[in-house]
Amino acid sequence: MNERFTVGLIVTNRHGVLNRIAGLYGKRGYNIDSLAVGETEDPNISRMTIVSTGDRYISTQVVRQLNKLYDVKLAVLLEEGDSVSVEHLLIKIKTNGDGNGAITSLLNDYGGKILEFGNHFIVADLTGEPKKIQEFIKKCVPLGIIELCRSGALALSTGTSNILSIKDFSDNKS
Amino acid sequence: MMMTGAQILIEELIRHGTETVFGYPGGAVLDIYDALYKSADRIEHVISAHEQGAAHAADGYARRKGKTGVVIATSGPGATNLVTGIANAYLDSVPIVAVTGNVAVPLLGKDSFQEVDIVGITQPIVKHNFVVRDISELESVITEAFHIASSGRKGPVLIDIPKSVQQDVCEYKGVCRPPQKAKAGRADISAAVEAVKNCERPYIYCGGGAIAAEAEDEVLALSKRLSAPIALSMMGLTAVPNSYELNLGMCGMHGKAAATVAQSEADLMIAVGVRFSDRATGNVEAYTKNCTVIHIDIDEAELGKNVRSLIEVCGDAKQILKDLLESLPEKRNDEWVKTVLDYKKRDCSDTDKELFTPKNIIKLVRGFFDDDTVVATDVGQHQMWVMQHYPFEKPRTLLTSGGLGTMGYGMGAAIGGCIASGRRGTLLFTGDGSFGMNLNELATAVSQRLPLLIILFNNGALGMVRQWQCLFYDERYSSTTLQRKTDFTALAKAFGADSCRVCSLPELRAVLESGVPCEGPLLLDCRINMDEMVFPMIPPGGSVKNIRYD
Repeated sequence: MNERFTVGLIVTNRHGVLNRIAGLYGKRGYNIDSLAVGETEDPNISRMTIVSTGDRYISTQVVRQLNKLYDVKLAVLLEEGDSVSVEHLLIKIKTNGDGNGAITSLLNDYGGKILEFGNHFIVADLTGEPKKIQEFIKKCVPLGIIELCRSGALALSTGTSNILSIKDFSDNKS
Repeated sequence: MMMTGAQILIEELIRHGTETVFGYPGGAVLDIYDALYKSADRIEHVISAHEQGAAHAADGYARRKGKTGVVIATSGPGATNLVTGIANAYLDSVPIVAVTGNVAVPLLGKDSFQEVDIVGITQPIVKHNFVVRDISELESVITEAFHIASSGRKGPVLIDIPKSVQQDVCEYKGVCRPPQKAKAGRADISAAVEAVKNCERPYIYCGGGAIAAEAEDEVLALSKRLSAPIALSMMGLTAVPNSYELNLGMCGMHGKAAATVAQSEADLMIAVGVRFSDRATGNVEAYTKNCTVIHIDIDEAELGKNVRSLIEVCGDAKQILKDLLESLPEKRNDEWVKTVLDYKKRDCSDTDKELFTPKNIIKLVRGFFDDDTVVATDVGQHQMWVMQHYPFEKPRTLLTSGGLGTMGYGMGAAIGGCIASGRRGTLLFTGDGSFGMNLNELATAVSQRLPLLIILFNNGALGMVRQWQCLFYDERYSSTTLQRKTDFTALAKAFGADSCRVCSLPELRAVLESGVPCEGPLLLDCRINMDEMVFPMIPPGGSVKNIRYD
């Protein structure tokens, strides 16, 4: 059965690494739904979160193939029950001058906040589970979305397994 | 000691046990070639006719020696000419280190003369690749490259070295060691042991991974312990002596019928170092319908990739088989053994022994060479005939392109294999199609005075494609009947090689009796029938039910 799955990776922070990882997905025919990457506490090491769609066979293959890449220190499947997943949304919505009640109440419902008031629009941001972001965007459509930008999901295990600690891979032992 | 980047490269190659490198000089590797010139007493360089030939030679050398082969090419076209050779090594898990020159660091990324992004180009066909932008990284990169190429599942690694880095100077210590990874624990074999204990008709399917792991003795011991017949993938064909009673030969599309039929009747398959290629399995569902599969491989991503439900055992095949042998009692099933031996006997039915057929040619040639002789092939019908009819007795005596199916592999591979075997007499079986692709390497074999016996199966056609057109495309021979007028004997002579045409078995015998080559290549242009086909054959996606015998 096809469903979303999330892979967490510890990788070297070097030019070309993203290319190699994206290339692997491309070569094997797996789609990337979202990808987020940032430095860890050691600037030589980055952490990535990649969300894709597929069945058990595909998710197992993805993780095993990723673990073969030289620049991938560790890749694990972050199962839905044992991990949290958060995404950040920036959105620009049309305003119509009548107090913007609909927009502000929607933002209040979802815990978003307004960053900018323009003449004919507002810029808001919202953080939360990808599902919640998706739902929020759907509700913004009738209001008139001018543009939006999503960070892609960040995911972290909530338990004691699947911890992507960099200490085994970092040269900064301090 | 202060050294240039080029000198450091050569010192590192020597430190990692490289005795011979294959390559072709050019503008962006002038410094490397200058360093090679100065170190000619410590490291041998063999210049090919084309970089592809050099890459195949490094591959053939690595397969024969069981250690990492090295190839050097210049930037741009030199580097792109390596691509097929690198892909070939990747698909067959052959350890090679490819060194390419590139333009100087300040010129990188500016579409400079003879600049290509070879790291980008080769990314999907290497285990890893490096660009060395700073000479201080060079020593550790080379150490890493050799480590990556020869550890785990082996494969090619490319190092791109800009010209300015070759010229820069740096302190060289020659002490770099690859990072020590924590040793993997023993693989869990309990489920495998249980499955073997419960089976009645065990069957071993052994591939190139068994040779890479040097697990040949253990495979044989397991077969004897369990009375299990062995079938071999093409990459694993030399893992078990042909003369071993329970060796059924190659399996798959053009494998021995005994191997296919026995597989379909087995209730347990122990697969060692294979990846269940579509050419080996045919229809995967039918293939595993009746049997439990234990899959032993060092590459975890291969487990469950092509055959999905199986008992996975990840790790070094030699160690795993040793552990299995410790846990498994002797097993006997005389009826099973008798059944498979009957199948094997049926495979051996001989047709006319006097005809000038590929099978009879191969058998006759084999009689003039010992078990240690390296045999290279190209790709196509002749390749399958060699797999079916040449009795291999020792590991690493076969150099053939498996996964990529590279026509043109043979000449380069034969050169590399011949040099790796101490320049002993070496055989190349090829076809007129494949040979045409890299025949320029005859020049290399001549200048190196390599004792190659080249058996050219000349049918004036691209036989394997033609066979498919005959069987599956209603005999529409589109572009496979070659209207060439090539005189291969004159051509070989023009390169400085010996050559003659042979059209019958007595003629061939007379040539072989008059002496096989010792001072350079000898090409025998063997005229065979265009309509000769490779059988048995399981059509693509078929199963044991679809075997065609003629």
